[in-house]
Amino acid sequence: MEQITGSGSRRETLLSEESELEHLIRELFESQKLAVLGTQNEGQPYANLVAFAPSHDLKCLYFVTARATRKYANIEADARVTVLIDNRSNQDSDFSQAAAVTATGTAQEVVDAKRDEVLAIYLAKHPMLEDFVRSPSCALLQIRVETYYLVRRFQNVMELHVK
Amino acid sequence: MELVLSLDQIGSDDRESVGGKSLALATMVKNGMKVPEALCLKADAYHRYLETTGLGARILMEFNRKDFAEVRWEEMWDAALRIRNLFIHTPMPSDLRTSLQSVFASRLPGESVVVRSSAPGEDSLHASFAGLHESYVNVQGVDSILEHIRLVWASLWSDRALLYRQELGLDVEKSSMAVVVQKLVSGDRSGVAFGKNPNAPHQAVIESVYGLNQGLVDGSIEPDRWLLDRKNGTIVSHFPANREKEMVAGPDSTRLQTLSAEQQANPPLSEDEVARVFRLALQAEELFGSPQDVEWTFVGGELYVLQSRPITSIGAEQEQDSRAWYFTLRRSFENLRSLRTRVESELIPEMEREARFFAQRDLSNLADNELAQELASRQQAHDRWKDIYWSEFIPLAHGIRLFGQVYNDAVRPSDPYEFMDLLGATEMMSLERNRRLENMAAMIRGDSNLSDSLSNLSNPQPDHPFSLALEDFTDKFGDLSCSEELCTQGGDAIVRLLLEMASRPAAKERFRAGDVEALVESFLSRFEGEKREKMEELLDLGRASYRLRDDDNIYFGMIENQLRLAIEESKGRLAHRGNIEVDGLDPMEVINALNDPDYLPKTATVTKVDETNFEVRPRQLVGQPASPGVVRGRARVIDSPSNLFEFKAGEILVCDAVDPNMTFVVPLAAGIVERRGGMLIHGAIIAREYGLPCVTGIPNAASLIHTGDELTVDGYLGIVVKHS
Repeated sequence: MEQITGSGSRRETLLSEESELEHLIRELFESQKLAVLGTQNEGQPYANLVAFAPSHDLKCLYFVTARATRKYANIEADARVTVLIDNRSNQDSDFSQAAAVTATGTAQEVVDAKRDEVLAIYLAKHPMLEDFVRSPSCALLQIRVETYYLVRRFQNVMELHVK
Repeated sequence: MELVLSLDQIGSDDRESVGGKSLALATMVKNGMKVPEALCLKADAYHRYLETTGLGARILMEFNRKDFAEVRWEEMWDAALRIRNLFIHTPMPSDLRTSLQSVFASRLPGESVVVRSSAPGEDSLHASFAGLHESYVNVQGVDSILEHIRLVWASLWSDRALLYRQELGLDVEKSSMAVVVQKLVSGDRSGVAFGKNPNAPHQAVIESVYGLNQGLVDGSIEPDRWLLDRKNGTIVSHFPANREKEMVAGPDSTRLQTLSAEQQANPPLSEDEVARVFRLALQAEELFGSPQDVEWTFVGGELYVLQSRPITSIGAEQEQDSRAWYFTLRRSFENLRSLRTRVESELIPEMEREARFFAQRDLSNLADNELAQELASRQQAHDRWKDIYWSEFIPLAHGIRLFGQVYNDAVRPSDPYEFMDLLGATEMMSLERNRRLENMAAMIRGDSNLSDSLSNLSNPQPDHPFSLALEDFTDKFGDLSCSEELCTQGGDAIVRLLLEMASRPAAKERFRAGDVEALVESFLSRFEGEKREKMEELLDLGRASYRLRDDDNIYFGMIENQLRLAIEESKGRLAHRGNIEVDGLDPMEVINALNDPDYLPKTATVTKVDETNFEVRPRQLVGQPASPGVVRGRARVIDSPSNLFEFKAGEILVCDAVDPNMTFVVPLAAGIVERRGGMLIHGAIIAREYGLPCVTGIPNAASLIHTGDELTVDGYLGIVVKHS
């Protein structure tokens, strides 16, 4: 049996679950500069750190890489990628308090008209990377996210599928 | 750093590390008041213990399964039980242990002591944790002192302390605990003094019992009570107690002892002594600058102060917080035993009578205004029983915990819920009902003619053994299993259920009598003589609590059902009027509309969904492990009684709360998932009986999971995985 809590409030939390989770992800992205990027080549997975920035609607994640890198080659071979962004602090409390978001999606270079718009978003988050980003040997990439997997409280996992 | 301080070493700067209780004792010693000798173990020792052993991180994990503010009180019980077990199983790091051993051995050699909590922030004008943390009386020997220090630390995480902190919005993770180890003075009369009566500010209150204070504090002994005029100390009134027993120090811990005829006839204090205690309370008030709640004891003619703390300002406004209710979370054995008698012999029969009384009324024959009246009186009865449920039935469930705590302390099992196995081997009505259903299913299983004819909706002759068993079942349980479906569909619904049950082998109850007997004997063999008898009584109480925890739900379900029938009848009539949206209509509005044909009720407003770019799907949901095992299967979400009869063997029962009327499908289920959390809730108890994996405390379980979803229920870890 249940103590009376007013069923209305429960309904409200339920309805706003999507926006609440979206808000959580947005906050996590704002708090972090680096993401772990996972690519693969011929079945060999490969992970490395990249400086990332999300699009306003969270449907895309942007990063920049030199074209000579292994990750760029991997993406050329297979555009499917994964990204991990988390707020761990390397303390015991991480097991209960850290949150992590895994994204899966497809990477592709941003070119032409859209490039300026994306660069503005990216540099607003990472102004110190201005020279790196504008180097002709670098590529600006966008990951079109299909699904976010949000992990909290050690084992609680929610999926957010982009509509 | 010095971890142990004697009272004269403590100064006012030490409050944060020694806690309010130690500081108060130190202040009184410095001002010449008579205080038993004591040592204070600073909170730093607690932090060192948590950090070195890793226990701190494990506790955090326990608590961050979900938002602290969302944790239900029953889940708090469980978390507290698990955490206490962690403290019991985690020894102090050896350097800490060695240094404390030598300190206590040299500074309190050979003494019987009291080990008390002294949490920083424990007692202030704004919050009083009085009695919320543990104290242990008559502890002997260094090793035992160290063990009890851990138990006092653990009491920082007791459910009642947690609930109180939750209510005050205090951060559990920042809490800490110092401990006072105080020489036990075996007082012959003891008591408490309130410098200011919270209910009558111009008065002071003195309460006193023979023997140690423990009996008064835990509520097992009724005290004599005096009200005094604060201005001049004159006694305004004296309320004598029905004096029977006193608490005295036993060979270990404490025990109750019958008072002599002379003691029974005379109050523990003379008027002069009442005046002395009053002066003591005033002295403390002067010293601390606010009215005090003082514990004291007389040893012969000598008056000792045991502790002093401010009376909280909120106390005056008659407990704006629910601390009084949290206190009911700690019940003494005596107290629970009399509660049991009341529940078994008065409340449950009364509830049953009332439900039968309602059941006899034919709602369809009532005029609208009569129906409104009937609905109102059922609502009233429902609300009254709900209050009783909170004030009497739930506290009685603490018999389970009391037994569990004693069992865990004595046996120290690695599974903190092992004690439930000893309690479960009792006759529960729901199990009896399920057994009878299984017997009928077995008849169908073994008789293809019977099975065929039932499948073709033709019932056997009335004198067929199956018909007789079915009739017998409906006679006995007709009322109890009278969910709306069973009532309207009658025997057919039961037959459909039985056919489904017959389609697979019988579900097994987990225990054979022999297994449980061995566990019981292994527990009891740890005690001898009088103590063993006490333990047998405690086990009996625990079993009664466990059984009633199940049965009270069934009886309350009968009342709820009668209310539901009246609501449905009423809504049916309102729906006929054509201009009223009856879904989600509040009972008060239903009554208004029944009484006035022109009344248009206010309809519930629905909040609009926020626009988002995502579709959310749960993948892995964290709750509480409530019955061990792992199983994968299809979900069947039960959100109304009518879903129950669609239940297929091997499905996973998913619901908001396992209702007593649902449990007859449990033998068909492969696992249980429930929104309500806790080990002691109905669903968890019944799942354990059948050995089914069960996870409870999944917020929004019934809305995040849909019928047909493929689930894994992990009853070890307390998680549910939804496969895509």
